[in-house]
Amino acid sequence: MSASALSTRGLSRSFGSLVVARDIAIDLPMGGRYALIGPNGAGKTTLINLITGMLKPNSGQIALAGEDITALEPQERVRKGLARTFQINTLFPGLNALEAVTLAIAERRGIAGQFWRNIAEHRESIEEAYEILRRLRLADVCYQPTRELPYGRQRLLEIALALATKPKVLLLDEPAAGVPQEESGDIFEVVAGLSDKLTLLFIEHDMHVVFRFASHIIVLVGGAIYTEGSPAEIAADAGVREVYLGKRTHG
Amino acid sequence: MSAASPSTEGPVRYLRAQTRWHPAETLFWIATLLPFYFLPDYLQLASRIAITALFALSLDLILGYAGIVSLGHAAFFGTAAYAAGIFSKFVSGDPLFGLVVSTAAAAAVGYASSFVIARFRHLTLIMITLGLGLLLEQAANSASWLTGGSDGLQGINIGPLLGTFEFDLWGYTAYSYSLIILFLVFLGARRLIHSPFGLALRGIRENALRMPALGAPTRAHIRAIYTLAAAIAGIAGALLAQTTQTVALDSLSFERSAEVLIMVVLGGTGRLYGGLVGAAVFMIARDQFSGIAPQYWYFWIGLLLVIVVMLLPNGILGGLSAAMDWWRKR
Repeated sequence: MSASALSTRGLSRSFGSLVVARDIAIDLPMGGRYALIGPNGAGKTTLINLITGMLKPNSGQIALAGEDITALEPQERVRKGLARTFQINTLFPGLNALEAVTLAIAERRGIAGQFWRNIAEHRESIEEAYEILRRLRLADVCYQPTRELPYGRQRLLEIALALATKPKVLLLDEPAAGVPQEESGDIFEVVAGLSDKLTLLFIEHDMHVVFRFASHIIVLVGGAIYTEGSPAEIAADAGVREVYLGKRTHG
Repeated sequence: MSAASPSTEGPVRYLRAQTRWHPAETLFWIATLLPFYFLPDYLQLASRIAITALFALSLDLILGYAGIVSLGHAAFFGTAAYAAGIFSKFVSGDPLFGLVVSTAAAAAVGYASSFVIARFRHLTLIMITLGLGLLLEQAANSASWLTGGSDGLQGINIGPLLGTFEFDLWGYTAYSYSLIILFLVFLGARRLIHSPFGLALRGIRENALRMPALGAPTRAHIRAIYTLAAAIAGIAGALLAQTTQTVALDSLSFERSAEVLIMVVLGGTGRLYGGLVGAAVFMIARDQFSGIAPQYWYFWIGLLLVIVVMLLPNGILGGLSAAMDWWRKR
């Protein structure tokens, strides 16, 4: 397990009789670009919630770079280098992008408990925040309150906030959800431009995007891994097609 | 050593500009000196307004910045008021010494309750704060051997401030004392909200659920600000006990908790001055209305509250700043 950036073993979770995750075992190698696909209700977001600790598993283990993190709180996992973005914008509406990303950096640097020094004196944190915003093409709108930003920019801010935690593994829950198709390419260009060392797991419905950006694809159906493999293997898999065309029904 | 590249000068300068003193702030504080010259008959009232403003400021720190709605904030105000009274009775009448001790007492109660507070939000949290407030009021009522129960605390004995300034009948000393402490605490609070911690508090208010995803120890942040707000509420309570030389159960009452919440909402939450303005409006309105028809004065404050909340969702100051924006864009 030590070679994996992120791995899970026997991860299961159910709500009453509804099984939302069944014995899930994944292994993400360092720097891997994994896509997580599957029909609606397959448990993709649930898996991300389990990995990040927002949902507690009934059984199973999660390891980050070989270290068991199953018992850690979500914020402790983040500090160990596991970050995520949300499918539905989960931002700070009244803060602007600069403040929000600076906040994330202040938390990472452990200075967010300081109450006697002016934020502007933490020049390095602010510069780092601005650099992330520049890289994500948000610098020109970074003084506008988040609630006033166009939707596509808000999606990018989701990623910016996650990057500010300096993750080793980044889980992207439909980073381009709700963005018009012509703009969703921009978001994935940003994602593709991230450091090679960063391990990525992203949920995405657009197969063109998946086949273009993923090095490996995991197909989730009914809370369990249906199959996984390289984009070529998945493209050739007749079963996956059936699942996507909806000929089979799954809980 | 070259400084930061010009492209990053902008954000640092922007954040610094956010923290700069506004001319209106200077005007505000100059205006607080006017009662000494123009309304010397009202210095006692002015002192009570300053104390209430400090109390409102403490509530705004948790309500307006961290998003914690409390209906039991008088617990800390009253704890310190009793502590100040009892301390003067048995230990020392020195006001500043008493202020420090009673603030510490309120902070201790705040710290203890913060462990419960930090675990809950929304309605549960409101009910817990309410319950803790009621609990303390009844505890003070039962411990009448110490607090005097419903008769109020007897035998408070406050000495002159700094050994020199007696608390006079007109309230010169009282208002000077209250105003100076209010100003000093305000400076501290202002520094706090412009610090990284202040930013973290705004993060909690704007989206408490996202904070853990940034790796933030949200509960530790909440415990810290709750304790601090309790201490500041305590300073206000101690000041009231010392300047009026009376402490009664009403200092711990639900009514006091509710009133301070009304003041902060009236003035505008999350803007530091909101509590100050709200306290002044509320206290002056009470003074004026109760002169006309004392038994009905809550009718008017109720009406004012409904109108402000309906028409100005961000309070009086929020309304003023929206009006200013509109004027500028015109």
